[in-house]
Amino acid sequence: MPTIMENATFLVVEDSPTMRQLISFSLRRFRNAKIIEAVDGVDALKKLSGQKIDLILTDINMPVMDGLKLVSLVRQNSQLKDIPIVIITTEGAEEDRERGMALGANSYISKPIQSSHLIKTITELLTV
Amino acid sequence: MTDDVSHKAEKFIELFNKGKEFTEELLKENQKLRFRLASLEGAPGHGASEDEVSGLKGQIELLAEENRKMTERFRLVEEENKDFANRYVEVEEQNNNLANLYVASYQLHSTLDFREVIQIVQEIIINLVGAEAFSLLLLDEKTNDLKVIASEGSELMPGLEQMTARVGEGTLGQVARTGQSYYVNHDEDGGAISLDRPLAAVPLKIKEHVIGMIVIYKLLEQKDSFSAVDYELFSLLAAHAATAIFSSKLYSQSERKLNTIQSFLDLLTTST
Repeated sequence: MPTIMENATFLVVEDSPTMRQLISFSLRRFRNAKIIEAVDGVDALKKLSGQKIDLILTDINMPVMDGLKLVSLVRQNSQLKDIPIVIITTEGAEEDRERGMALGANSYISKPIQSSHLIKTITELLTV
Repeated sequence: MTDDVSHKAEKFIELFNKGKEFTEELLKENQKLRFRLASLEGAPGHGASEDEVSGLKGQIELLAEENRKMTERFRLVEEENKDFANRYVEVEEQNNNLANLYVASYQLHSTLDFREVIQIVQEIIINLVGAEAFSLLLLDEKTNDLKVIASEGSELMPGLEQMTARVGEGTLGQVARTGQSYYVNHDEDGGAISLDRPLAAVPLKIKEHVIGMIVIYKLLEQKDSFSAVDYELFSLLAAHAATAIFSSKLYSQSERKLNTIQSFLDLLTTST
């Protein structure tokens, strides 16, 4: 039986407060999970520099810096490049998804988000 | 000549000796087999009595019965497991739905800023319901018309952002008059969706008083139809979005009035 990483720190990057809260709410199922929220890519990079993050969940369409740019910058950074990234796509947008995956995202989920699907995706990435 | 005879005699003796060795080996093997046979004859079970045989048969039957019971119990436990697994999935789904409802409700009442409330309603419709084209209408009590205050997806449903509806007229007007939600089963209607014939029209009500409406025209690509939780969300929006919009509107008005009074008081104090 695989065990899921405990005390994991998640970074949720999403401009919509409703979505941020919904995702954070779902992530509380992971034991002792620490959830850090960011409103866009720039905010996410600031928060990434200050602490150890185990997984990033990022929306694609955001003001200031979008999720694709964030994925690209994280993958280029030698200290952050190994953090698993899950992208959240709004539409059934194949293009966004493919671009995100090509830039180095590990997985994706589509809106409207199903909590069980989100948990399954993260569990697969964080199983130790 | 004598050499030839002695050579033949030697050959014969050699052959005889080999025959003797072979005979001795056969005798030894025979002895071994006799011993093995004797030990097998003395082993338990051999030559058991009929009572012993029937006792053993009874034991076999008991074990077979036990095996049957175990198999049956295993099948029952397996069924129970399946049932638990199904219930787990249901509980998961309920949990998910409750999370959506909690977040929607929490967000709706998280601010008294009118524009923010409208933004939150839009977010709920996009992210939780999964709508791609929709409009949010508010009732103008003076003209009795429903007017769009926010919309999304006008490229998919042209005219969406300018649409109006008069209370009592057309599908939307009837929804506003009766306060009853309207849903279309697009499978039955062959996808005949128009501005006055949406997928869903949900009145925003404070008690029985309709103050506006959410009208949905198209769902996101990956969403085929409304799910059970969508109807729950609609009924939550019908009540909570209505009160949130109404109270934020009142708050904005009172803020404006307060500012006016404050300015007036400031003017009075400075002039005296």
